Amino acid sequence: MLEGYRGKALELLEKIGAEVGDVVEIVKNGLTVRGLLMPSYSKDDSILVVKLDNGYNAGFSIENATLRLISKGKSRIHPVTSEEKRRSEVKIISTGGTIASRVEYETGAVRPALSTEEILMFAPEIKEIAEVSAEILFSILSENMRPEYWIKIIQSVVSAFKEGNSGIVIAHGTDTMSFTASALAFALKKLPGPVVMVGSQRSSDRPSSDSTINLISSILLAKHGEFAEVAVAMHGESSDSHVLAHRGVKVRKMHTSRRDAFQSINDIPLAKVFWREKRIKMLRTDFIKRSDEVEASPKFEEKVFLLKFYPGLRPEIVDYLVSSGVRGIIVEGTGLGHTSDQFVDVFRRAEKEGVFVGMTSQCLFGRVNMNVYTTGRLLQQAGVTPLEDMLPEVALVKLMWVLAHETDLAEVRRLMQSNLVGEINLRHTIDLFPRWKYE
Amino acid sequence: MSDDYRKLGLKVGLEVHQQLNTKHKLFCQCPTELDEKVGNSLERYLKPVMSELGEIDVAAYFEWEKGKKFVYDVPLNSSCLVECDEEPPHPMNLEAIMIGLAITIALHGNPVDEVLVMRKTVIDGSNTSGFQRTAIVGLGGYLDDVEGRISIQTIAIEEDAARKIEELKDTVRYNLDRLGIPLIEISTGPDISSPEQAKRVALEIGQMLRLTGKVKRGLGTIRQDLNVSISGGVKTEIKGVQDLDLIPKIIENEAKRQRSLLEIREALRSRLDKETFLENFMFKELTDLFRETKSRVILSELNRGGQVIGIKAPGFAGILGKEVMPGRRFGTEVSDYVKSLAGLGGIFHSDELPNYGITETEISKVRETLGIHERDAFILIVGQREKLEKAVSVIRDRLAHAFEGVPKETRAANEDGTSKFMRPQPGSARMYPETDIPSIRITTDLLREAETIAPPTPEEKLDSLLKLGLNEELAKQVLNSPRLELFEKLVTKFGQKVPPTLIASTLENTLKYVKSQGGDINRVTDSVIEKILEEVYEGRISKDSIPSILLDYCSPGENRNLREIIVKYTQLSDDELLAIISAVVKESEQELRVKGEKAFGIVMGRVMDKVRGRAEGRRVAELIRRVLKEKSG
Repeated sequence: MLEGYRGKALELLEKIGAEVGDVVEIVKNGLTVRGLLMPSYSKDDSILVVKLDNGYNAGFSIENATLRLISKGKSRIHPVTSEEKRRSEVKIISTGGTIASRVEYETGAVRPALSTEEILMFAPEIKEIAEVSAEILFSILSENMRPEYWIKIIQSVVSAFKEGNSGIVIAHGTDTMSFTASALAFALKKLPGPVVMVGSQRSSDRPSSDSTINLISSILLAKHGEFAEVAVAMHGESSDSHVLAHRGVKVRKMHTSRRDAFQSINDIPLAKVFWREKRIKMLRTDFIKRSDEVEASPKFEEKVFLLKFYPGLRPEIVDYLVSSGVRGIIVEGTGLGHTSDQFVDVFRRAEKEGVFVGMTSQCLFGRVNMNVYTTGRLLQQAGVTPLEDMLPEVALVKLMWVLAHETDLAEVRRLMQSNLVGEINLRHTIDLFPRWKYE
Repeated sequence: MSDDYRKLGLKVGLEVHQQLNTKHKLFCQCPTELDEKVGNSLERYLKPVMSELGEIDVAAYFEWEKGKKFVYDVPLNSSCLVECDEEPPHPMNLEAIMIGLAITIALHGNPVDEVLVMRKTVIDGSNTSGFQRTAIVGLGGYLDDVEGRISIQTIAIEEDAARKIEELKDTVRYNLDRLGIPLIEISTGPDISSPEQAKRVALEIGQMLRLTGKVKRGLGTIRQDLNVSISGGVKTEIKGVQDLDLIPKIIENEAKRQRSLLEIREALRSRLDKETFLENFMFKELTDLFRETKSRVILSELNRGGQVIGIKAPGFAGILGKEVMPGRRFGTEVSDYVKSLAGLGGIFHSDELPNYGITETEISKVRETLGIHERDAFILIVGQREKLEKAVSVIRDRLAHAFEGVPKETRAANEDGTSKFMRPQPGSARMYPETDIPSIRITTDLLREAETIAPPTPEEKLDSLLKLGLNEELAKQVLNSPRLELFEKLVTKFGQKVPPTLIASTLENTLKYVKSQGGDINRVTDSVIEKILEEVYEGRISKDSIPSILLDYCSPGENRNLREIIVKYTQLSDDELLAIISAVVKESEQELRVKGEKAFGIVMGRVMDKVRGRAEGRRVAELIRRVLKEKSG
């Protein structure tokens, strides 16, 4: 195999019968270099990537060079061990993302690395916490997640609980983890235990990865957590001190790269995990308790839209959305929940067409209140539904789920305004807003 | 001397690491400056991971087993989220790559066609990511030394590690300011054949780096690692040599150590083979024998619930006490392994007992219980159970290796020229690609630009210094000086009015003089020298006052203000001088009349006593002549 090679280099390598993993020799300008041919990750198609004896990779252009195959390499591709069914206390369902994969440089492919064996090799401490089993459901990058995959995850969770697990861990890419968390939260109507989503911000192929600590913590939560909710478990701060379990419908990725990117918004997390002491500290008591059954209704309406308002946004976009068949729109409005008053007419027309329009705020922190200013009142009169302190993405996923179960607009509106799984917090105490620290 | 080493088959390779004085760090926009002002700190743990070839690096695993917690001080002025390992690295600093290419060209090497950044696993905490980012920019090349040509293997650009602040039992504290400062690493082939040559080559490489004018200077900005082997020995890596003068001694000691280990191997093999050793190796708990001991070390461990274990080392009588380096016996080598790998305080062995409060009676009981024969040695270890178990296996492995000779290890240089075990040698398994950084194609444009900053040869540089009017001795001093770059900067700035010779002798001689007079020249920063020369340039002070100003400024005790000192030496105007001269002449009027011709000398002496440093002698003389002439005329 000659992963990553194209054009001139590929041609030459094929000619001499070299493959990735073989030892090759390049002679150029009097310099002789011998090394292992590596997959190319170069933009330039004349470059050969060679691993030298000292472990360094370096790129050599085939221009003015002679290339020889010295010896064929052994195939280093590790077969994925098939997973036998085994009894476990915690099931780890892996869906992809940094935490669940490692780059296989021999093939250049990203492959799931979370077979049960690999998990235990990766973090032997887990044996002391729980019997675990793993299922590699799929291996997709977080940004390629789709509602149809949510359904598969939900079905997997249901069968894992039916197999007798006391909690489920879902390894997931972080970019869209909070969308999946919401989808699971709304669709899993009854749960016998925690469903803990976990990811990592530093890939598991580096010594400083947060994946082990996050994974250990999520397994602790899945086994011992008292709550039967969908939670997201990630680093609580940049230090490796503790992990926070956030309520899945109240959490958001607030930083592109930090370990503590996930923050509860308008809410406090469910629990804090001191992974070194293997101790869970519940931070609140109003969580949903474990029940005896598992029940799910995994259906989602995909004809929805998330519309972010900005000065200059033209109202015709709403007419277009309605005519394209959209059944519901979540508006990410300004401040307390506004768009310009030019939108009053188009929203009214949307409502007449049976399209649900719900209002959230691009402030993220705080609640919408459409009674304070005239525009808010006008928008309400036009049929726009204020959605309290729901995060825009959570409102969108909730709408997908509600619309898949309800056709009556009044009922849709009632459900969207009801607190189903903790997505609405009617009491905002003074401590719920972060203060950015600087001197 | 050199012939002896040739017979021994001494081979030395050098790795010179030098910090580059670039505007920004290698993978972010932070300045390359140290910063003591820290506000925040982070706590992290690191664990080893598999390489792209599916192997775990032994050195990395070894560090992880220690289970250390790392605390990082985070200075806001010289670190950002990249150093905190909270943001992916930015694209590689081209300025640093350019310097690497320039050095490659100067060393007659081959630049690579594409620079690929690698991650080198380092989990002693000195890198928050758990790896050091490093990239080869050049391969091959050579350096001509008087004893022969030294080949260059690789030229790499890499990031410096975090600065260690303190090391406690389970915690190591680092400052993030140094992390990410670009380093150039030049590795020579194992072509150096004598300890003195190694020092000379290090000096030559250091000088070449300085001649680029783009490197940092000062303590810790250049570090040497040595790879030393003799025939039959093993390439041993000795890290962290900061003092060039120590290089020959470290090499001598390492050669001696490897020779001694080979002698030990022969002595052992003549007594028994490794299999017999392993079959007869045994250990027993001897805690009860030491309940009443006078040894304080043992007692205090026993009081904390510790145990004593006795180990029988078949065939090792006399071996543990054999010196392998000045002040270090084979027993010390074993003890180092136990300290680092099992976390125990050390060992007691039969070749050093009785001692440390352990009595003859106790020794006899130990010998009896363990069944020690004449040819055997024993080792006692004390501590907590888990550590003792680990220690026994560490000791067994190290002793067994004595039958094979020199173990592959990385050692740390001590200040006295000896070295001690640091960790097993890392393999190439520690390297894997840094996937966050796009590769950099070395284009002909880049190479052409690099050529313009390639350092001149020392001969070329010496020539240009001589052309500035420096005499040969001074020119050579400047050439070898860490202040070469400062000299050039000052010449460019003040050379029009301040002779380069004055600038050079200020940097090279005056500072030495001030130091010899007990001045603390650490106070003399580049900007202090620049300020003083600026005053000369502006004509406010005389060049003769430079030594006095520096002496005042460096005098121990009170913290002196440079501005105030300079004012004291500010040049006197002609009117002020004339007033002083007239006063002196008036005071000595009688005397002068008598002395006649000698009058001038007397006045000159007395006036200079008053104005030294504040007026040029030549001008004073001129004015005195004028005054005396007016008087007589």
